[in-house]
Amino acid sequence: MIQLQDVSKWYGDFQVLDTCSTAVSKGEVVVVCGPSGSGKSTLIKCVNGLEPFQKGDITVDDVSVGDKATDLPKLRSRIGMVFQNFELFPHITVAENIKLAQLKVLNRNEAEAGQKAMQLLERVELADQADKFPAQLSGGQQQRVAIARALAMDPIAMLFDEPTSALDPEMINEVLDVMVELASDGMTMMVVTHEMGFARRVANRVIFMDEGRIEEDCSKDEFFDSQRGDRAQTFLSKILHH
Amino acid sequence: MFNNFDGKVVLDNLHFLIEGMQTTLLLTVVAIIGGLLLGTLLALARLSPFKTLSFVAGTYVNFFRSMPLILVIFWFYFLVPHILGRPVGGFYSVLVAFVLFEAAYYCEIMRAGIQSVRQGQIYAGQALGLTYQQNMRYVVLPQAFRNMIPILMTQAIILFQDTSLVYVVGIKDFLVSADLVANRENRILEMFTTVAIVYFVICLSGSLFIRRLQEKFNL
Amino acid sequence: MNYNWDWGVLVREPYLEWLTSGFTWTIVVSLTAWVLAFSLGSVIGIMRTTNSNLLRRIATCYVELFRNIPLLVQMFLWYFVFPELLPQDAGMWVKRGMPMPEFTTAAICLGLYTASRVAEQVRAGINSIGQGQRNAGLAMGLTPAQVYRYVLLPVAYRIIVPPLTSEFLTIFKNSSVALTIGVLETTAQARQIEEYTFQGFEAFTAATVLYIIVTSIVMLLMRFVEGRVSIPGMISLGAK
Repeated sequence: MIQLQDVSKWYGDFQVLDTCSTAVSKGEVVVVCGPSGSGKSTLIKCVNGLEPFQKGDITVDDVSVGDKATDLPKLRSRIGMVFQNFELFPHITVAENIKLAQLKVLNRNEAEAGQKAMQLLERVELADQADKFPAQLSGGQQQRVAIARALAMDPIAMLFDEPTSALDPEMINEVLDVMVELASDGMTMMVVTHEMGFARRVANRVIFMDEGRIEEDCSKDEFFDSQRGDRAQTFLSKILHH
Repeated sequence: MFNNFDGKVVLDNLHFLIEGMQTTLLLTVVAIIGGLLLGTLLALARLSPFKTLSFVAGTYVNFFRSMPLILVIFWFYFLVPHILGRPVGGFYSVLVAFVLFEAAYYCEIMRAGIQSVRQGQIYAGQALGLTYQQNMRYVVLPQAFRNMIPILMTQAIILFQDTSLVYVVGIKDFLVSADLVANRENRILEMFTTVAIVYFVICLSGSLFIRRLQEKFNL
Repeated sequence: MNYNWDWGVLVREPYLEWLTSGFTWTIVVSLTAWVLAFSLGSVIGIMRTTNSNLLRRIATCYVELFRNIPLLVQMFLWYFVFPELLPQDAGMWVKRGMPMPEFTTAAICLGLYTASRVAEQVRAGINSIGQGQRNAGLAMGLTPAQVYRYVLLPVAYRIIVPPLTSEFLTIFKNSSVALTIGVLETTAQARQIEEYTFQGFEAFTAATVLYIIVTSIVMLLMRFVEGRVSIPGMISLGAK
């Protein structure tokens, strides 16, 4: 479904991604972890072309992201993305946030989009908040709306860029629960996160990144049970024991 | 068009133009200094805990900021001789107008600068046991001043441009000198183009300098 | 200071009529220039935030050119120099042929000048929103134009209501510069009354009061607009 082939990226002279290759198959849940500045957020933003890259290629459902001829808006409309800071649009209501791209990108009609929005809000248990504005919700609620907003496009895959790291601790679980449910429904997911509990529960594979390189790329069991590289070991011991 | 552009007229009258520019610069510098001094006093008054004082300063600022500079120039061109009871040169009247007018703007810049220092910084200073004056002196003002420098300098460039408005009372600044030459020699095109280029080069250099400063010192 | 007070001068003809007509011209020049400044300034400001190097560069040149030459000098350039640069017939038309040449020149000049300042506010508004919102819009499959239309601009314009108001007040005050090319607006009429009657104090007071009244009304309107467009739950967008 998602294929990365020798992806490299530079900011000026500074290399942020160094020949990264991996693949996510249909229905697979891949967790990407690593210390801050390791390039994991940049990598996931390359997948839907939010960040340009200079070398290598990425294909999603056999469509090349780097190809200039690719209709990026169309490709992006098929991939859902959830951001660290939620990024709900502050000037429109929760329901309108979920309807916007349905109306403007998929050209659904108002009734259809509205129905879809309500259905998804029920699913994330926020139907009663439909007419509120984002700033009137808690962080956890906002992130659940953001997930619903992405799902409204009926995506073939979902990207999560540190979806819980801007949340207060007591709100992390409500968001993770939605993500677990999504995974068990068979959604293809690529998740940048430090939540190792989540990785243990639902990940098929774990990727560990450091200094722009993919250092480990193995099944969940291998990652958590077997001998790992020193850096991954150090990283894991830090985040598991804090 | 430009094919009969006569650059010689500019060179022939160069000393006359330079004299004009000296007047422009003198006006700018005096207005900056006077405006800054009065503006600082006004800002302190505006932020002071004495309600009357801060009200008076606030009214002063709002009053001058509601008026076009040209009207202020006319006001003082008319008022200053009346108040003194004898004719004074137009230059002095205009100078008074600029200082009083600019002070209102400088006051607002300073007030915003002081208020831009985060409340947390003030608490931190107080928590360390600093007195109000010490906190102002060592914590608030140094940060406020840093934040203000680029805006103060931008305001100086605006002021430099604004001094051209003394045209309305015929003070012989750079623009008026050029205008006199333009009419005397019937060379409007050359003179006004030159004026525009000179102002542009000076102001652009100024704003580029400010930007460099901002980048260098991370202002 | 001996001065013969005569407030009656303000309600005597023709002086009352002069003031009324001057005030009308101030309003008409300001509003016309504002329409131009707001629309052109928005376009230039948006251009400065796009990904296209060319568009950004053009917009930057515009802003630097128009804000680094004094307004009064620009007024003279448009009024005296610009017609000279045109073919003779066109030049004559601009000088005398077109309707109300002084007013038209003043409004266009003031509009183009202020557009550079409006552009800076629009740019600042858009930039204050941050890359995250832009990314979120793009990630949903919106085109860059749609991201501006539905995501960035609705928030940016809300943020810049106060600075745009102050730009409008600047245009309103700057409209007095039009007197230098012969538009008899408020300040010009006050000066004229002073010259005819020597009642400068009364004349300038009248003009001052008119400016203060308009400024106060505009400020009240701004608070109303700001309240109307504020986003529920958000205390200050600018603080991000």
